[in-house]
Amino acid sequence: MDIIYILWLRQMKRYRRSGLRMVLSVVQPLVYFLTLGFGFNSLFQQAGRGSYIQFVVPGVVAQTILFTSIFWGVNIMWDKQFGFLKETLVAPVSRLKVMLGGSLGGATIAVLQGIVLFIIALLFGFHPYSWSMLLLTLAVMAILSMTMVSFSSGIGAVVNDMQGFMAITNFLVVPLFFLSSALFPLDNIPPVMKAIAYANPLTYAVDAMRGSLINQNHFSLPVDFAVMSGTLILLFYFSIHRFKRIQA
Amino acid sequence: MQPIISVNNVSKKFKEVEAVSNVSFDVKAGEIFAFLGPNGAGKSTTIKMLTTLLRPTEGALFLSGHDVIKEQDAARKVFGIVFQDPSLDDELTAYENLELHAVLYGVDKKIMRRRIEELMTLVELWDRRNSRVKTFSGGMKRRLEIARGLLHHPKILFLDEPTLGLDAQTRKLLWAYIQKLNANEGMTIFFTTHYLAEAEAIADRIAIIDNGKIVASGTTEELKQQTQTNNLEEAYLELTGKTVRDEIVDAADSRKDMIRRVIANRR
Repeated sequence: MDIIYILWLRQMKRYRRSGLRMVLSVVQPLVYFLTLGFGFNSLFQQAGRGSYIQFVVPGVVAQTILFTSIFWGVNIMWDKQFGFLKETLVAPVSRLKVMLGGSLGGATIAVLQGIVLFIIALLFGFHPYSWSMLLLTLAVMAILSMTMVSFSSGIGAVVNDMQGFMAITNFLVVPLFFLSSALFPLDNIPPVMKAIAYANPLTYAVDAMRGSLINQNHFSLPVDFAVMSGTLILLFYFSIHRFKRIQA
Repeated sequence: MQPIISVNNVSKKFKEVEAVSNVSFDVKAGEIFAFLGPNGAGKSTTIKMLTTLLRPTEGALFLSGHDVIKEQDAARKVFGIVFQDPSLDDELTAYENLELHAVLYGVDKKIMRRRIEELMTLVELWDRRNSRVKTFSGGMKRRLEIARGLLHHPKILFLDEPTLGLDAQTRKLLWAYIQKLNANEGMTIFFTTHYLAEAEAIADRIAIIDNGKIVASGTTEELKQQTQTNNLEEAYLELTGKTVRDEIVDAADSRKDMIRRVIANRR
């Protein structure tokens, strides 16, 4: 427990000391929220679908978390390059704890950023349908960030150069985001796109977020949570397996 | 008595290149052992295999009776290491780096505070304990790494070129402390260096590795006799020749180069 805690704490300290990074990482989703939210709002309303701002906030909160967590593996790369990883790898602690400590740190940061974006959205007029359901939103955020952070750590463990890592994550993150239900409803889209969105685990996280924030579900909360948990277990398993095989 | 470090017929191949080839040697408990060789001879690769960072292609290694491959955790508890390259977290303070290490090694909290103060005073960094490591010079980082390697009082201490880049004063101070630890606590010291005078002055026994093979081992006296030379440096040159070596660039090194280039481009 001490070990996981101290490795988590390390990430918290690094984050607090990163200065500008804290601010910058919410800028991109904020731009999405403001331009898309206000840009499409009247169109969306004319189509009889209600407020687009309400609709898109769960999507951009998920985006904030996705973008922060999927690049988390950069930290593993960094630790590899600058040697700190060796310090943890020769220590008499299990790789599971090493990975868990770091990943929980990354997940905490991603959730914090999601919360920041959510608060900004509140200031711009977003209103959740039930305050008590926010606990569920928090759970969605936690599962999503932990899933993506560990997946990214797994990629960071396998890949040995920074360019390669950036290429892989960029290749993944754009389709993951745009082919989910983050920006548009799923009911009237072409079948191929729909099929892809259904196969995209992020869709279920966005759906669960939408369900808990504005009470709109394409699937249902139990389905969303089942898919999310399954994905978390699968990707965590992949990553710990890769992490154990790191040689320095 | 059973040797505390035992390397039996160990080889390590990186794709085509055999960095270490069928190496065997033993180190007795309480010995100060110098592992010498030209650049790229296989020193660091051997240390990495001994410290569980690399798996050997063939052979077996034992630390204090624990099989390094099969009983990794037990083996990891036995040693401390000061790496050739820095391995500190630059964003953390000096104190935080040591604290993290102490927790990883399960050092008791009360002992931890006392020992951190003692070691940081020794390496003359106690006044800078709350500074972030990124503000430290190369020599200061080195000293901090050494303090960290000693923090959990390991049975075996690996030092991979510990005095590289340190001034004469600090080198002297450091070796004096290491000799003290060796004498008082019976800590086994395994080190590599390019300063042959250091090895001659400090090591009980020496092994020389070249092109992945052990070419000689014994006390300084034995090596001098064997080569009919007057000091360790002459003996060393007699054994390893006078040509300059290219280091085998392994994956880790080429990664580092790439990162450096990326960073340089950003600036």
